[in-house]
Amino acid sequence: MAHLYRDTGVVLRVHKLGEADRIITLLTRKHGKLRAVAKGVRRTSSRFGARLEPFGHVDAQFYPGRTLDVITQVTTVDAFAVGIVSDYQRYTAASAISETADRLAAEEGEPALRLYLLVVGALRALADGQRDSSLVLDAFLLRAMAFAGWAPAVSECARCGLPGPHTAFSVQAGGLVCARCRPAGAVNPAPDVIGLLVALLHGDWDTAGATAQGTRRDASGLVAAHLQWHLERQLRSLPLVERRVWQGTLGTEAASEAASGG
Amino acid sequence: MPAVLAARADWAASAFPAGCELFEGVVQDLIDELGRLPGVGPKSAQRIAFHLISSEPADIKRLVDVLGKVTEGVRFCELCGNVSEQQQCRICRDTRRDGAMLCVVEEPKDVLAIERTREFKGRYHVLGGALDPLSGVGPDQLRMRELLARISSDEVTEVIIATDPNTEGEATATYLVRMLRDFPGLNVTRLASGLPMGGDLEFADELTLGRAFSGRRSL
Ligand SMILES: [Zn+2]
Ligand SMILES: [Zn+2]
Repeated sequence: MAHLYRDTGVVLRVHKLGEADRIITLLTRKHGKLRAVAKGVRRTSSRFGARLEPFGHVDAQFYPGRTLDVITQVTTVDAFAVGIVSDYQRYTAASAISETADRLAAEEGEPALRLYLLVVGALRALADGQRDSSLVLDAFLLRAMAFAGWAPAVSECARCGLPGPHTAFSVQAGGLVCARCRPAGAVNPAPDVIGLLVALLHGDWDTAGATAQGTRRDASGLVAAHLQWHLERQLRSLPLVERRVWQGTLGTEAASEAASGG
Repeated sequence: MPAVLAARADWAASAFPAGCELFEGVVQDLIDELGRLPGVGPKSAQRIAFHLISSEPADIKRLVDVLGKVTEGVRFCELCGNVSEQQQCRICRDTRRDGAMLCVVEEPKDVLAIERTREFKGRYHVLGGALDPLSGVGPDQLRMRELLARISSDEVTEVIIATDPNTEGEATATYLVRMLRDFPGLNVTRLASGLPMGGDLEFADELTLGRAFSGRRSL
């Protein structure tokens, strides 16, 4: 027998369906990733359309349908979108968080409580705007990869387990590697960069917040390379994340580079 | 067409459940192509297909002719990006339009919607969509550079941002405001997005209510 159920979740994506409906992809607390239909939400008279926009944290009621369940009621838990869309860097970071979560929660209906909590925490941090959006994104990506079982090795050697500190980093090998295991193509990031990865993995925001822009840029590069290596298909949003500080429209090349997502 | 045929077409359209590939060759091809159109589900696609099959040849020919003209004749205005039959669209060619005011929209259909209100006498800039990293759309995929070039060279003094009142549209507006705020003497405004008429305040969603607050006017 079909029966109503209720869950809280974050809206990861929305797709148009027919004239006025939408398919909403949610990452929920109890049911993992869910795709459900929201009827009539594109009409301006719809009372819950705006609540089911991307980055919304909602409490929803579902009615089981033949192919997709139908959303029958929605209330907002946190309106993260308001704070996120007020800043373009936050918006691009939040988009990358949504796409990564969608990709990592591969199976619909399979509980993913830790990923859900991680997404909510990251979106809340972006909406609050207290922390550098690029750091929030990298912390999310590192911890999400840890849940998936492929966090980069940041102390012992990724291949043989020899205790660090090591200086070479290889995406193919899975993180830091010792001198003996070092494959061709490994890079030598500055110690600060590895320090930042460790801080982000452990939520040490004091250390992370004190790092220089160059250190953050290098760490972002390693995180992105590590993530893309493990995902089958490339993320569309990651290259569009705006990382650097906006420098204004008039004049410099740097500004137009930043405008293109750099 | 003969009534018998019409009745048969009706029967065929209703007898088969949507989504089944029951028809052969060209009929199924027609249904598939129609089903690709926005807002047309499998059932509607079948209904339209059978309507077309049972239509007079002259009616079909008119439709084919128009579709042919669309592929050859319609292009985009080199100035504003709106659909146009010439190099520049009707609005950009119209000298009575106020060149000091530029309204930025996502799609050509938004130009149509604003034109219908008869409120706006300036010109438009069509971005070609909204900033949407999840769909791979960043500033380079939209007509942002063309907008900057127009504002730098033209007599524009006011830019009115009229992107959609949804997450992607709001983020695009945020981006535009940041891009345009440093231009000396340029006034940047955003369409007010108030509460929907006929609704109760208590039922308003948080996004709309928040924007209604930030866009409040003194009376
Ligand atoms: Zn080793
Ligand atoms: Zn034009």
